Parts: sequence; structure tokens; C-alpha cells
Amino acid sequence: MLELKSLACVRGERRLFSGISARYAPGTLVRVCGDNGTGKTSLLRLVAGLSEPAAGQILWQGQDSQRERAAFQRDLVYLGHASGIKDELDPVENLMASSALAAEGIEIGAARQALGEMGLGERLALECKVLSAGQRRRVALARLLVTRKPLWLLDEPFNALDPQAVERLADTVGRHLAAGGMCLYTTHQPVPIRATQSVELRLGRN
Amino acid sequence: MREPAQADVVLAGDGTLFLGLLRRDLLLVYRRRADAVTVLVFFSIVVSLFPLGVGADPNLLRLLGGGVVWVAALLASLLSLNRLFAADHADGTLEQILLSPLPLPLTALAKVTAHWIATGIPLTLMAPVLGMQFGLDGDGLLVLSAGVLLGTPVLSLVGAVGAALTLGLRGGNLLVALLILPLNIPVLILGAGAVDAAQSGLGAGAHLSLLGALLVGTLVGAPFAVAAALRISLD
Repeated sequence: MLELKSLACVRGERRLFSGISARYAPGTLVRVCGDNGTGKTSLLRLVAGLSEPAAGQILWQGQDSQRERAAFQRDLVYLGHASGIKDELDPVENLMASSALAAEGIEIGAARQALGEMGLGERLALECKVLSAGQRRRVALARLLVTRKPLWLLDEPFNALDPQAVERLADTVGRHLAAGGMCLYTTHQPVPIRATQSVELRLGRN
Repeated sequence: MREPAQADVVLAGDGTLFLGLLRRDLLLVYRRRADAVTVLVFFSIVVSLFPLGVGADPNLLRLLGGGVVWVAALLASLLSLNRLFAADHADGTLEQILLSPLPLPLTALAKVTAHWIATGIPLTLMAPVLGMQFGLDGDGLLVLSAGVLLGTPVLSLVGAVGAALTLGLRGGNLLVALLILPLNIPVLILGAGAVDAAQSGLGAGAHLSLLGALLVGTLVGAPFAVAAALRISLD
């Protein structure tokens, strides 16, 4: 259960949004929408705990996520605009490092398999600096195949992906939701995702 | 049905997370070893310029030796600081590091440890070799190495605070220098003073003890300062 309590965000001098309140049950897909600059990324970063809200609270399983930071972060995957891929490492090393960092260390076999499923089977021994933007994005998204964390925060996950990969990702998110996970994401391209409960969180109209 | 790949997932404790981050950083240093070598070449060139500049008077050089090596070590350590967090910041890994369940001060300590292994240890090994250019005797060289060994972790720790504070700022590199060079003055005085004391037969014990105390103090305090600075910079 994720609950937002009258969240407000101030960037510089400008109030991006305020009074955002919502309550989401497990299995809910939340699409954060709004025009450019209405604070979609800021909201996701706020929920992830990367920045502090100007006002309000985020409750995860009834606990204040800022006070119970470590416990909250054990339940959370955040993929931002910058994909968090190291140029000097190959995809397998990247996936293993990012999983280990999130306290979900994986075996090399599992990493290879996940990357293979993302269509990177041929590229596993190349340093990521020679990969295309879409391929790097896939390396980052492979995290979603190996994680067990219930709360996913995805900022523009479909950027730079080809239609096949978009479908693959939508499918992955759908299965995550069916297994009782939760996903907040932003996108400008509407992508159909299988979800029993799907809601929109609209920013920038007040 | 969940992914089969998930079967191998193991939950890790703080120690595993710390070592994992350290290993990743060392692997990155190894892949970018040209950067690390640049710092060492810079160090040896700066030190070697002094005998050329001030002339070959053995007494003068012996007097200058400790101080010159220390100033050069300070600058070399500074040169490598910009890589400490900036690369991770640019590619988004720093966000992932911040979101790791590992407590942030430990994260900072892991990154500083990697930085020290990549710069501090090579500087420690090179210092006595370069010190020989100044005609330092056996005792002086030994004290120089011991001082650099104790002092470079302090440089890395204090430098990390500066690097974290200036993250994402324009002209951050210059700002780091202005911020932390004054803070490193005690290390410089104690390190160079130890060599002088050893050369003049006074014994360097007091200087080295104080350097050690300085190291313990920064080791306890700096990781928390880095953690706070990272939170501010990424907000």
C-alpha cells in the first residue's frame, strides 16, 4: 500500500505541485501524466526519496518512508532519465553491479539470461559505451527482470526503445502487477499495459 | 508466473553491499587506468621540476625534499578528486547508489576507499623513490612513506566532502581546490614536518602520531559529512 499525503514540491522559486493525495493498493498501475515541466520526474524522485517534499508525507505499508528509509529502499526500484549504466562495464557487469547495489545480488547466469531476454544476447561482451541509446536502456531495464522488489518507479521507461522492446517491457510490467506489485511510471506515448487497476495521476492543472 | 532468473536472488547485508560497491569502483578504476596513471605521472613531474628549478645544491634540496613531495602529493590527490562522484552523477549511477539500502556514510566510505587504493597507495609507493632525488637519507625516506601512508587517506576523505559539495556545479573542479586545499594544511605541515624532524635527528614520532590521530578523526567524521553533502547536491 502506497499513500501520498498532501505532497508538495518546490523547485527553485516555483511551486510545481501541491496537495497531491492518493492511496494505491498492490497491483495498481499509476501513470503520472502532465505536460512538460509539470513535475512528473520531480514527483517520482520525491516518492523514491531522492529529494525531500516541501510538504506532505509518503507512507509505504503504513510507515513514513523518510523515517523508515532503509526498509523502504529495500522495496523500491527506481529507473530515472539517466539509465545508471557505466560505459566502462559490459552489460553483464552492469546488471550484476546494479543488482548488487540494490541488495539483490545475482549470479552471472541469471544476468546473462535476463539480458538475453531483453534481446542483448549478442552484445554481452561489449563495453556499454559502444551500445546504442536503446540498447543501453535495455541493459537498465533488464533489472526489472531480476528484481523482486514490489514498488517500481519508472521515469519515461519507453524512451529510445523500439516497438518490440516496448511490448516486452509492457509485458514485464503487466506480470509484475499481476503478481501483486505496484508501478508508478511516466510516459508521453500511451502504451497498453495489462493491469487490473489502472489509474492516472494528473499534474499541472491546479 | 515470475521470471526464472529470480530464483538466484539472494538478499545481502551491509558488508556485502560495501564490498560490492568497492569492487565495482576498483573495476572501473582498472578499466580507466589511464586516468590513474595520469595522476602518478603528474606527481612525479611536479616533484622532479623542483631540483631543475632550484639548482643542484644538495643541502638546499635535502631541506626542501619533504615539503615538495608533500605539496605534489596534495595536488595529485586533488587532481583525481573530480572523478570521485562526477562520473556516477552524470550517468545516473549516483541515484542508484543513494537508493541502495547501504547506509549513505558507508557508501561514501566505500567510494573513498576505492579512491585511496587507486591514488593513495601508488603515491605512497612512489614517494620514497621521488624523495631520493632530494638526497633524503634512509630515515627520512621511511618517515616520508609512513607520513604519506597516513596522510593520503585524510586527503581522500576531506576531498570527498569537497567533491560531494560541488557536484553538478559549473567550475566545480576549481571550487573543490579552493574548498579543500586550506583544510589540508594540517596534513601538509605534519607530513613535511615529520621528514624535517627525522632529517635533523629529532625523531618523527610526534608528527606521525598526530597524523594518525588526524586520520582517525576524519575517518569517523568525514563519511557523515559526505553523506549530507550528497543528499544536498542531488536534491
